[in-house]
Amino acid sequence: MSIKNMTKEKNWSGQKLVSTDYMLFEAPREKHFMTGSEVTKEAIKRCTVDASVSYPITPQSEAAHLIGELWAEGYVGMYFRGENEFGVMSEVAGCAMAGARTVTTTSGPGTLRAMENFPMWSGTRIPVQLILMARGINSPLTIQPDNLEVTFMLETGCMIWYAENVQELFDMTIAGFTVAEMPDVHVPIVTVVDGFFVSHTRESVMLPPDDIALMPYDPYKAPLPPIDSEMPPGRFLRDPFVMKSNYISYATHASWQWEVRSAVDRSIPYARHYLNGLAHVTGDLDAEIVFVACGTASHQAKEANRELTKLGIKSKVVKLRTIRPFPHAELLEATKSAKHIFVPEFNIVGWLEKEVTQSLYGKSEAKIIGRPRVAGGMSMPVEAILHEVLEHVNEEKGA
Amino acid sequence: MSVDIYKINPEFRDIMPKDILDLEDNATWGAEKRGISDLTDKKELLEEHSLCAGCPEAAALRYILTAIPKPEDTIIVNSTGCTSLMFPHIALHTVHSLFGNQNAVASGIKRALTWRFPDKDKDVVVLAGDGATVDIGLDYTLQSFFRQEKITTICFDNEVYANTGGQESGSTPKGQVFKMAPKGKVFDKVPMWELAVTSGCQYSVKLTASAPKAVARVVREAIFIARELGPTYIHLYTPCILEIGLSASEGLWEMKEQDKDRFVSFKYVSPEAEEFLKQCKKEGRL
Repeated sequence: MSIKNMTKEKNWSGQKLVSTDYMLFEAPREKHFMTGSEVTKEAIKRCTVDASVSYPITPQSEAAHLIGELWAEGYVGMYFRGENEFGVMSEVAGCAMAGARTVTTTSGPGTLRAMENFPMWSGTRIPVQLILMARGINSPLTIQPDNLEVTFMLETGCMIWYAENVQELFDMTIAGFTVAEMPDVHVPIVTVVDGFFVSHTRESVMLPPDDIALMPYDPYKAPLPPIDSEMPPGRFLRDPFVMKSNYISYATHASWQWEVRSAVDRSIPYARHYLNGLAHVTGDLDAEIVFVACGTASHQAKEANRELTKLGIKSKVVKLRTIRPFPHAELLEATKSAKHIFVPEFNIVGWLEKEVTQSLYGKSEAKIIGRPRVAGGMSMPVEAILHEVLEHVNEEKGA
Repeated sequence: MSVDIYKINPEFRDIMPKDILDLEDNATWGAEKRGISDLTDKKELLEEHSLCAGCPEAAALRYILTAIPKPEDTIIVNSTGCTSLMFPHIALHTVHSLFGNQNAVASGIKRALTWRFPDKDKDVVVLAGDGATVDIGLDYTLQSFFRQEKITTICFDNEVYANTGGQESGSTPKGQVFKMAPKGKVFDKVPMWELAVTSGCQYSVKLTASAPKAVARVVREAIFIARELGPTYIHLYTPCILEIGLSASEGLWEMKEQDKDRFVSFKYVSPEAEEFLKQCKKEGRL
């Protein structure tokens, strides 16, 4: 296998190169039955990926194994197991700096061990895709599903998308490379799913054929030159700002951080197109009871919506597909009718409730209720959601 | 790359500063033989660095940059510390990402470039201090050796965390009083050059920067071997004159003293590398 085998029509593994629009919206699809880990392999297989570096940590390990198989099968250009999470995220950074389309996977304690790398990724403007299969954080020791780790990722300057199920994971992974690599965006993309609930659950999924793949990444369209000695060095500064205590150095750092966040915002029109909207609304559009959720919590909220309908109570579910950029406009529009906004979450701190509260502050009179909230691997039965809703609604009616 | 990327758009020549014009007109891109003698009349790749007057590290970096065999296809990965103040002044692709992760980043860059440019030699050289190489980044340094990454690692050992204000490092000799070791360091200097051999380096050399030509020769050998065989390591004494109370003119004297003491010459060359160097000499590359 060699990159030299790539032509204008086909990549190095012989897959026909197609546009992201064709891959996501036009290519015929067939029904398959697979887990989130397996569908990650299927997505990466269709993305003309140059490089991946892996390490073992439950529950992302299987996805990382399967990307390794893609390398052995000739679909991924370069792959190896790194020494630990911090090292791997730095190796991944090196690959991406050198102009490679790069992907890796992580979970819970691994994410936190690697944490210093993520703001470096966004500051370096590398469009790495990190598939994050959320798991609880120690201590006490846990390997169970819990998305507390996402709160640590929120201000890293990376885009964060959240897939509800196996199908969304497949589609988001493909869209993720495309949006992250847009020259006016060009920041890392973190594609999140709930560990086990999605990574290890087998679901039906519609997949395009595997003899097509995305166009290769063009590093020469990047806002910073790739580190490959094929372009003039972009960092030959006569007066490096680093460690200088003067206004120019402060302003340089501040404006760069601002620019990274602006780049995340510039992804909005692309994400709207490829994700078919930053938020997805289901249920009674004029309902006063609104669930705002992401990931599998939105699935449970949709179940609750069905049960409430049986009881004659109107409700709707606003599923957020993107967390960074946060879909402020979509959320405001979707909660216009709301009097009670419930934010069901799989973590102890309620990071999404905080995001929703901050976004709607001064714009909505609805009461925002950060419940139910489960953690440490607990499931979120529909009854728990119904209990919260009925308790609040009846309380206000004086029942 | 082609050396052409260093050519200035003719439309811009009249507004470019002289040191940039010199990079096109009088640097040694693509030269068959580069070396210490270029320091006298060629344009250097390091411009107006901001290290302390008389800093041996700055001198060592100048020697290294004149010795790199193919600067137009060399990427330098550095780390946080005094050296990170110099790298933005270098006319090469350089990376600073975090403190201690330099060998991990270099591994990714080297592998990605090998994938993207299968027919080209792209040299990746790590330049970092002893804090980054021996302490904070030790895991990543050694793991890159274990994995046989084809990169050259050069440690500027000043035996102290200089840039953060003079704290003890793993490379500090036993007994030395520094900040965070107010009673003197209690354990021995970490023998990184030996760890490099045990960990799989094809070539490991310890020396001081007292003799420019010796530094240049070692750098050239190390890069050639890394390109063909596997990891190479250079442990270079570049004392922090500030932290050990020497004046700007005493760095060379200190290095010459240590040539006979802690930095007495150490050189390991694997049998394969030995053969390869013989071949290079025959071909006139060394």
